[in-house]
Amino acid sequence: MSTSSHNPISSAAPGPPDNTEDGEVVKAIPLRHPWRVLIAVVLVAMLAVFIIDAAQRKDFGWAEVGKYIFDKRISQAALVTLQLTVYSMVLAIALGLLLAIMRLSPNPVVKSVAWLYIWIFRGTPVYVQLVFWGIVALIYPVLTVGIPFMTPWISFDNSIFTNLFVTAIIGLALNEAAYMSEIVRAGLLSVDEGQEEASRALAMSWGQTMRHIVVPQAMRIIIPPTGNEVISMLKTTSLVTAIPLSIDLYGVSRGISAVTFTPVPLLIVACIWYLLFTSILMVGQHFIEKRFSRGSGQRKADKVSGPHGPTTTAALTNPAAGNDIGGKG
Amino acid sequence: MSEIPMVLADRVSKSFGSNRVLRSISLKVDRGEVLCIVGPSGSGKSTFLRCINHLERVDAGRLSVEGQLVGYRQKGDKLYELRPKEAAFQRREIGMVFQRFNLFPHLTALENIIQAPMRVKHMSKSKATARAKELMERVGLGDKADYYPAHLSGGQQQRVAIARALAMDPKLMLFDEPTSALDPELVGEVLDVMKELASSGMTMIVVTHEMGFAREVADSLVFMDDGVVVEAGNPRQVLNDPQHERTKMFLSKVL
Repeated sequence: MSTSSHNPISSAAPGPPDNTEDGEVVKAIPLRHPWRVLIAVVLVAMLAVFIIDAAQRKDFGWAEVGKYIFDKRISQAALVTLQLTVYSMVLAIALGLLLAIMRLSPNPVVKSVAWLYIWIFRGTPVYVQLVFWGIVALIYPVLTVGIPFMTPWISFDNSIFTNLFVTAIIGLALNEAAYMSEIVRAGLLSVDEGQEEASRALAMSWGQTMRHIVVPQAMRIIIPPTGNEVISMLKTTSLVTAIPLSIDLYGVSRGISAVTFTPVPLLIVACIWYLLFTSILMVGQHFIEKRFSRGSGQRKADKVSGPHGPTTTAALTNPAAGNDIGGKG
Repeated sequence: MSEIPMVLADRVSKSFGSNRVLRSISLKVDRGEVLCIVGPSGSGKSTFLRCINHLERVDAGRLSVEGQLVGYRQKGDKLYELRPKEAAFQRREIGMVFQRFNLFPHLTALENIIQAPMRVKHMSKSKATARAKELMERVGLGDKADYYPAHLSGGQQQRVAIARALAMDPKLMLFDEPTSALDPELVGEVLDVMKELASSGMTMIVVTHEMGFAREVADSLVFMDDGVVVEAGNPRQVLNDPQHERTKMFLSKVL
């Protein structure tokens, strides 16, 4: 390469760089990683041994697994598990949003109520809470409205907590709301102070500021961990046995195995269904995270192309930085 | 003049903890006047500006806009704190422009502008949109209505922010170092919009480091340092012939 000696000079000189004079291509031998390969081989071998062994073991009862995996009772129970997950998460998100906004409220009474709620529901195990909600109908058989220690105006039977499905949803949601509120709070706090200030300077009320300015921006931070909580909730629903509710996936598979005396195959059946659902949710989670982490990394930045064409990529990095600095002046 | 001044500050003080940021600030801004406040950073200029629309509360003294006490109601010789709604009502006619623009990044330029008219003044969307387009035209961004702030340059963002404040038809505009976060070549376009606004008769209080703007546009100039008004008067006079030692020192560094 006779021209290579020109390169440093031409690149230092002013004017557009000359692409025709690239340096010599690097042809190095890549670094070898023999240990990685060895360990991978050993691990695969161990896994293979485990699978071969498990396939032949009587206790796993693979025939039973095949028999029950598409059993109608099981698939119906799987539907119940899904319903428990969806209903309790919807409730928990709504309540969590409310609690988070309450905690950030300028009103000290409202703030303390939210703090107390979170303290209790996050500070005690969900299993214990579910046991409690299971027996709450015995403690409070009649609900009344009126002045304390006087004849009540209205009284009605506690029918909410005698429906165990509803009880399960309430129990799961009340516990989850405490966690959701922390996620939402983190999201709300991530929104630059200047946003609230600008909104207030425009004479918008606190509620309008929250609804139209702060919450929509906080969603970017809130949604990815919420997906995580959904996956977590799907598995937590197996604890409704504490209420005791036994129509969910885990409850029904245990119920069947109590009759057939084949606990292990039915546990495997339950696990396969749980894994199926969490896998689907994980795929969804992946796309949600990709969508909501726009502009925060190189990998994503080049994929974003807004309505205004290629200028998007360059501009995206700008406001994110600008807004984080805040409105202090 | 017997007319009620737009802004009247009478011995206004403000502390953050033990840090006294404003010490007995007294000044008056008449209707249609452009006042520039200059001074080193940390001198309390921005805090004073934020007191005027009650983003910060005053500890001592009286601050009023068009004869109305800011943030409080006086009954007899007692002061009552205003409810948040009442304080918000006072802000309706005071526009504010921030150093960091503080545009709402999840909304387009146009949506940024129509928020407050729609939500606060309950203007119809079509009416607010028409007005917003006029304002975008006025700040020279007629073709940028559907752009998100992310797709606009700093100067353009600040001009949208000015249009957003103007959408509430303010009688007083507060500018908090509106060009300090801009690249030098973008400062001019924002100052041009502000000059046009000043010549249209808007009452403006501008915290700035742009001495050229102060000299050319301002009717009066206040030099603040360490929470006090050191010197005030005609901007050309103060800038050319500062009387106070501290003003001289400051100006020798920035001019």
